[in-house]
Amino acid sequence: MTIEEFINKIESEIEEFPPGTLKPDTNPRELEQWSSMHALILIALIDSEYNVTISGEELIKCLTVNDLYNLVQSKLS
Amino acid sequence: MGQSIEGISYYLPQNTLTNTDLSNIFAVQEKDIFKKTGIKKRHVIDLETVVSDFAINSAEKLFQEYSFNKDNIDAIIFCSSAYDYKVPATACVLQNKLNLGKHIYTIDIRHGCTGYIYSLSVAKGLMNTSQANHVLIFTTEIPTSVIHPGDLELRMIFGDASAITYLCNKNNSTGNIGEFVFGTDGSGAGNLFVKYSGSVQRLKSDWLLKTESHGGMPYGMLEMNSVEIFTFTLREVPTLVAEVLKKNRISMDEIDLFIFHQANAFLLNMLRRKLKIPESKFYVYIEQVGNTVSASIPIALKEAIKEGKAKKGDKILLAAFGIGYSWCGTVITL
Repeated sequence: MTIEEFINKIESEIEEFPPGTLKPDTNPRELEQWSSMHALILIALIDSEYNVTISGEELIKCLTVNDLYNLVQSKLS
Repeated sequence: MGQSIEGISYYLPQNTLTNTDLSNIFAVQEKDIFKKTGIKKRHVIDLETVVSDFAINSAEKLFQEYSFNKDNIDAIIFCSSAYDYKVPATACVLQNKLNLGKHIYTIDIRHGCTGYIYSLSVAKGLMNTSQANHVLIFTTEIPTSVIHPGDLELRMIFGDASAITYLCNKNNSTGNIGEFVFGTDGSGAGNLFVKYSGSVQRLKSDWLLKTESHGGMPYGMLEMNSVEIFTFTLREVPTLVAEVLKKNRISMDEIDLFIFHQANAFLLNMLRRKLKIPESKFYVYIEQVGNTVSASIPIALKEAIKEGKAKKGDKILLAAFGIGYSWCGTVITL
């Protein structure tokens, strides 16, 4: 999985993040449309797509999309 | 002999809290509340109501809707985190208020979302050991009494309800309660709990004064870390379902209907997708009542029966998860 594929997956599943919204250095929490629910959606999406469970604490530590991608990658390997 | 669910009734308080009400109080849109929870309305009890009277409301409905000899009742299980007194058990108070026989077994069970399945387990144990044959299970929940009026997230989710289930030990029925699976992880206690409700954070006068405009919140205040609860659920429930199937020697395809604790429609949908359960076999009843804690499964079961989605002889997988952390499941046959 490349970071582009990871971003495409998120943007295709979360309607508030249309294609082009996310870049590797985007902090999703700084987006205007971000709400606490998106944290849950991201956790669930990563869980169902990649069979990787990330905790709330781990998610909070991810400041950018790239951090999140690296976290998922580290759990996949 | 099998343990047969002979009747389920439930009572909802008249006062409601709709998404329109919430959008008038908080800076939130109705559609966003619905999207986040799948809930349109919750019922809210008058804070002055005596807990056993609320339970009686559901018992009266049961006696109206089903005809059976209530003198046969030989056990009352009262499952709730609310009570009339710290002691005696509210089940004792109910024996008297319902004018039931004095030969009766009574117990209170203090569990949250998993309370109904715990109560079924106790009922089955009583029946299998000839301690009781006609059991009433009350799941009477008043979560709104411990929710701070300023807590939008919790007010969106929880609703009050009292449900009652009547079970009989019978040998001429398809009815049966199968094998149980239980799980507990007390390390999650701090992620969903009622603050100022016991010996950890004691109720003090400054708390009562601070919350005076909300009736003092004498029963404490519910706190939830929703992300942690969500991840706990995604982590434990798929394994739980697999173990329940295995212990009952039944395949996913042989289950006629899945009824989970009605926590939140968004979460339920995520679980359904993860477990690959077809939508037609996954029953959700939350829109008009909210998350009613241990009353949620019997309410959903009653509605599924009313809708014809659950019929006599059907095998239904029940699963519950939540405060504790606690999780459990079983397969019942109607």
